[in-house]
Amino acid sequence: MKLLVCIKQVPDMESRFKPNSAGTWYSDSDLAWRMNEYDEYAVEQAVRLREQLGDSSELTVLSIGPDRVVESIKKSLAMGCDRGVHIQDPAIHEKDPWQVAGIIAAYAKEQGFGLIFTGMQSQDRGSAQVGVTVAELLQYACATTLVGFAFDNGVVTAKRELEGGIKGVVKLPIPALVTCQLGLNVPRYPTLPNIMKAKKKEITPIAVADLLKEAPLVQTTSFHPPTKKGAGIVLEGDVNGLVEKVIGIIKEKTAVLR
Amino acid sequence: MKTLLVGEYREGKLLNSTYELFGFASQFGGETAMLLVGSDAQLPAFDGTLYLADAAIYGEYNPDVHKKLILQVIDKEQPDAVVFIHSSYGWDLAPRIAANLKIGQVSEVVAITGIGFETCCCNGKMRRTVKPATGRTVLTIQAGAFPAVQPGGIPNVLKTVGDTASALNFTGYEPADKKGIDLAKADVIVSAGRGVGKKDNIPVIAALAKALGGELGASRPVVDAEWVTHDHQVGTTGQTVSPKLYVACGVSGAIQHLAGMKKSDFIIAVNKDKDAPIGEIADVLVVADVMQFVPALTAALTR
Repeated sequence: MKLLVCIKQVPDMESRFKPNSAGTWYSDSDLAWRMNEYDEYAVEQAVRLREQLGDSSELTVLSIGPDRVVESIKKSLAMGCDRGVHIQDPAIHEKDPWQVAGIIAAYAKEQGFGLIFTGMQSQDRGSAQVGVTVAELLQYACATTLVGFAFDNGVVTAKRELEGGIKGVVKLPIPALVTCQLGLNVPRYPTLPNIMKAKKKEITPIAVADLLKEAPLVQTTSFHPPTKKGAGIVLEGDVNGLVEKVIGIIKEKTAVLR
Repeated sequence: MKTLLVGEYREGKLLNSTYELFGFASQFGGETAMLLVGSDAQLPAFDGTLYLADAAIYGEYNPDVHKKLILQVIDKEQPDAVVFIHSSYGWDLAPRIAANLKIGQVSEVVAITGIGFETCCCNGKMRRTVKPATGRTVLTIQAGAFPAVQPGGIPNVLKTVGDTASALNFTGYEPADKKGIDLAKADVIVSAGRGVGKKDNIPVIAALAKALGGELGASRPVVDAEWVTHDHQVGTTGQTVSPKLYVACGVSGAIQHLAGMKKSDFIIAVNKDKDAPIGEIADVLVVADVMQFVPALTAALTR
């Protein structure tokens, strides 16, 4: 069976985000890049299934973006994916989720993947739309927000995480697409031998123009910090001074210290 | 203007979050209809059209089937906006509707602006204004962003029937893991976030909790990394708490965490990132390295 996992490269979320010159997304200077956290769980689950199915299966990792996303593809290859696909697009951040899903579906359409894994959302845009939309475009069965996954005899048993910590169990036949929630598994760290092995694995470049057929359905008009409500106070300075101030505040504002 | 709200129903109950849809609709303006796959024993109290499909037939979770019911009602109502809660039900269904109709979707809306909709991005640190390019649009609204409004009245119920064919088979619920500590009873909670750095540092946070006579809480990444067990998790998928004092140590303040603790009486956040979203709701933000500040505070309290 052919398997696909779709990953996105995102900035470290501890970064300071500044608007770009158009004011519609973050400026990508001075950022450290990494694999979207949700996608790490997707890669891990896909690799586990690849190991379960053995050599009768093949696992492709796909990412869209500028040249730097190859680093995230390489990490996935070192985690155990067999081959990479880099859809080259320096302006992917200007595409809306409908277009991104359209690009992935256009690639996947002819490939006959039995199972597709994605993260449930990206950490930067967080729309939680792309995975489900790909499934709709390909007419695959789809379940989102997985915290449990099993595959047996052509049937996926998915545990979905619901509010309040309860889980919904759903079975779906292949072909299917699942979106992965944090905590689904424990993503492995690539070992040095596997990093070396991954260097020999093939990464196929594809120009985005070959796959993009759709116009956007939404438009981002502004990217900005939230309006500060300014309700709280901010304390800065040396640790001993801070400790003294905080104890004073706890004594004054709460009844927890007697 | 006309909105079609999609209510939520689970384990035989109409979910309270459904009323936040009315809160959104009252700000959006215009006519309101609702679609609910639920039961006539649990009707939302509002004075309008309610398309009701029986959950006993169409299931509480079956996106293939619910999708077809929703598309049918959209065809009849011709709404300008189809609105879901941004929840495990809403974010699962909304893109299916948008893709089928090839219309724009805006996710996790926190406010309606003059131009379009305000949404969260970058883990809640930043905002975007998004404008749909299509006349009709699909929206998911952030849980808690709009007030729960109970319009009152008795809905005009239209029984809705449709196709039950589906590839998916929902087999049931698994209850939440309820063993362990009950954080809801604690007067003080000191929570560890990813910013504490590593598992070995957790005892430092636990020591502050003890010094304040409280319990240890945690944010999701700390639980996922198995630094502490799930019964300590505060947030949408963990426990909802409102202690007298909540101290968030190295917690960035993802919306799922904030939803579980923002009703605390007094909130102190310790974070080296002055822009962390936790600062939005904290009464006091201490800008400091957690591993320097917390042990010093514990020492001063136990002196």
